[in-house]
Amino acid sequence: MIAALRSELRKTMTTRMWWVLLLTMVVYMAFLAGVMAFSFAFEAPGAGAAGPGGEEGMALAPLDLALTVYTLAPTLGYVFPVIMGALSVSGEFRHMTVTPTLLAEPRRTVVLGAKLLAGLPIGLLYGVVGTLTTIGTGAAVLAALGEDPMLTDPEVLRTAALAVLAMTVWAVVGVGFGAALKNQVVAVVVVLAFTQLVEPVLRVALGLVESLQEVPKWLPGAAGEAIAGASFYSASGINELLPRWQGLVVLIGYALVLAAVGRLTTLRRDIT
Amino acid sequence: MIRSAGHAATDDHSGMVVVDHLSKSFGAVHAVEDLSFAVGPGRVTGFLGPNGAGKTTTLRMLLGLVTPTSGSATIDGRPYREIARPLRVVGAALEAASFHPGRTARDHLRVYAPQVGVPDSRCDEVLAMTGLTEAARRRVGGFSLGMRQRLGLATTLLGDPRVLVLDEPANGLDPEGIAWLRSFLRHLAREGRTVLVSSHVLSEVQQTVDDVVIIARGRLVHSSSLAELDALTERAVTVLSPDGMGLRTLAEDRWPGRWETVDHPGAGAGTGAVLVRDVDAATVGAAAFAARVELHELATRTVDLEDVFLRLTGQAPAEGQSASTMGAVA
Repeated sequence: MIAALRSELRKTMTTRMWWVLLLTMVVYMAFLAGVMAFSFAFEAPGAGAAGPGGEEGMALAPLDLALTVYTLAPTLGYVFPVIMGALSVSGEFRHMTVTPTLLAEPRRTVVLGAKLLAGLPIGLLYGVVGTLTTIGTGAAVLAALGEDPMLTDPEVLRTAALAVLAMTVWAVVGVGFGAALKNQVVAVVVVLAFTQLVEPVLRVALGLVESLQEVPKWLPGAAGEAIAGASFYSASGINELLPRWQGLVVLIGYALVLAAVGRLTTLRRDIT
Repeated sequence: MIRSAGHAATDDHSGMVVVDHLSKSFGAVHAVEDLSFAVGPGRVTGFLGPNGAGKTTTLRMLLGLVTPTSGSATIDGRPYREIARPLRVVGAALEAASFHPGRTARDHLRVYAPQVGVPDSRCDEVLAMTGLTEAARRRVGGFSLGMRQRLGLATTLLGDPRVLVLDEPANGLDPEGIAWLRSFLRHLAREGRTVLVSSHVLSEVQQTVDDVVIIARGRLVHSSSLAELDALTERAVTVLSPDGMGLRTLAEDRWPGRWETVDHPGAGAGTGAVLVRDVDAATVGAAAFAARVELHELATRTVDLEDVFLRLTGQAPAEGQSASTMGAVA
């Protein structure tokens, strides 16, 4: 297993995808953190602008504002570790490197296990870089606008650490997803569509239906946000989040269920 | 070059590849049917058959990538999936496209080195063995098919395995590359390794292999040493005479059981063409002259190994057609 894990890590680090996606994420996160810090901070002093159904509007307390900006990685940036994880499986089928991979390790459960474990350091890297980017950009903008970036607040520090954890688990979810859906193009399209469109729409739509209000917090994106304990969605009152530990369990559950589906489909088939 | 040949004789199964009543169906398609053969160490074995004969499917079953419908395939007495650190026992290259185009040749090897259990320096060794040292740090995406074949071969050598399984390794190689491959494979066999090489053209590996296993439509059609296959080759002579009756009488008289009438584009009313096996043109000409049978054409045709291969695999053109393309009139 150790050898298979080392092999998987070398596979990731010997192609350009990991740093291309990492750089893309940094740009995306810096942009979002800057824009969001600016717009919320700009609204904050007035606090009179009536929000949807609240006397206090969208105005956020400094701590909530900081947490919302600093958790943008697990709220919106998690798509990057997911794609990295998914590519570690689907890329093997796209380039037919699955043949030498299974020649080197014919025990397919070991191969999948190594890929899931290899997702951890990759996700950690994306989590650390993504979270540092949102904190760096967000804090700079907040400070420039005269807001307190709250960088010494223990809740901010804990949330940042858990945001990194959420991103780490997301990479593992990506591996499971790639195993369940091995076609690389389809996998990437589905990841983008689900994370950027389907789940956000579901969360808003289900949140409006009283009998279904409990459903959104079990969705994978909400579970990831729950690990960090804050998000743009929860801060703006759209959805509630699960307790942190439950979010972690749910997200790991998604990873394992997807991986099991992949083991019973993609990885059970003949490699021709 | 690599390690001594001595390790090939450590136990009874060592280096033996055994395919036993192996079958594989993909839906209604019987890709491989009841195929059995054995391949031993110290020899290069050609695994031959036309495209679509089931060679690659057989090799993929041997390597645990495809699950057989029935039967078994073992290496050293064990199914591939049960071999611990299989790359130390078997080196296999299945297709020239199994590379990530963005990875360098050396990095491609480094990916598998941990599972072989060798240091990165071994990657440089196998690159040198396959003549890729100069290209080690270039991305595989820019490689020619010949270079990919060499890299595939380099990958198989990482673990210094005693069994090598190579699917169409000569594809895409230039004549110089084929000559290099030939001596390289012969060298590996002399070291006591088992070398199994597939090809859809016998002539491509004719000078390389010691043994042949020939399949067609998923079934075994021939398995022997190359020398025994060579014994199946024969010479034949086609003759055209305006006196068809006389010619057939002569043939039946002199070469009973070794001749047959054939179609010939030059044949008209009363004329006849026959093909006589295992005889030379001078003998036929002299016999016809002695019997006063007029000849309009006398052509030698050598049924070479490739013809034997084509006939065994059911790809041979009909006799009449091949006779008509003979050319060379004596």
